[in-house]
Amino acid sequence: MAESAAPSVVTDEMRAQLGVEGPETTLEVTSTGCRLFARAVGHTDPVFYDRDVARSRGYRDILAPPGFLGSPVYRPGMDDRHSEHATAHGVGVGLRVPYKRVLNGGTACQYEEPVCAGDVLTSRSRICDFQEREGSIGPMLIVYRETIYRRPDGAVVARVRGNAIHY
Amino acid sequence: MPEQVFFEDVEVGQTIPSLRKNCSSQQLVVWAGASGDFYQIHYDQAFARNTGLDGIIVHGALKHAFLGQLLHDWVAPDGRIEQFGCQYRGMDYPDQDITCQGVVTGKHVEGDRHVVDLDVWTENPTGQKTTPGTARVILPSRG
Repeated sequence: MAESAAPSVVTDEMRAQLGVEGPETTLEVTSTGCRLFARAVGHTDPVFYDRDVARSRGYRDILAPPGFLGSPVYRPGMDDRHSEHATAHGVGVGLRVPYKRVLNGGTACQYEEPVCAGDVLTSRSRICDFQEREGSIGPMLIVYRETIYRRPDGAVVARVRGNAIHY
Repeated sequence: MPEQVFFEDVEVGQTIPSLRKNCSSQQLVVWAGASGDFYQIHYDQAFARNTGLDGIIVHGALKHAFLGQLLHDWVAPDGRIEQFGCQYRGMDYPDQDITCQGVVTGKHVEGDRHVVDLDVWTENPTGQKTTPGTARVILPSRG
């Protein structure tokens, strides 16, 4: 990939959003949510399914599988075009980008402590960077985001960095 | 579950047990529900082709979660994943093997934390690394 020679599609309006925290999202980490996520991945460790096993291994409750940080509390009319974790995983929402298509470019999770069933988390995302490239699929705009997940007492439990490729 | 891996057992350059995945279209639908990612390129062939793809593709975040399973199964029951991330460089398709692999790139002690760094990735049937990434795990010590 080379730097794009085409005119930049990053507007002043977009640049003004760099670093600005988005609205707060409430996420519930339920036992059912943990089990469904674990099943979808194909996990076989009972720590993701059985509360007694999880407690015997020192967890408060069923352990949330790696990458699962709860389900946003849904309200009719919420934007769920692509993803519950639209902001967390960096898939484009809230930006006026002149490209129709978007792909998830990458995900990185950093845990400060384990997440377990029963946890209620809040998250806030911010855009960290824009990069423009010329790729095999044509000109692309890559939007980098970070989402921070907190417990009700404000303690950070996880950070997720993601990027979305608009093309 | 295999026996616990301890910090002292790990050497730089060591590979960890691989994990082979092969997604049915049904698994992608279960993942859509579990993750809340309802983007149609992952379950609607006509929609996927209309966006220029060859057909439905495996969710990037599912491959990220597969790498999470690879790491969890290696460090369980007493180790834990501190961070794991990857880039979605190549597409993967249903009914094709996705092989998750990892190699130890470093180890060190920080106070009472026994830290191991890894490169992790998924490979498609032609051996292309479609999802390269890195991870950091904490292992128990025999000490």
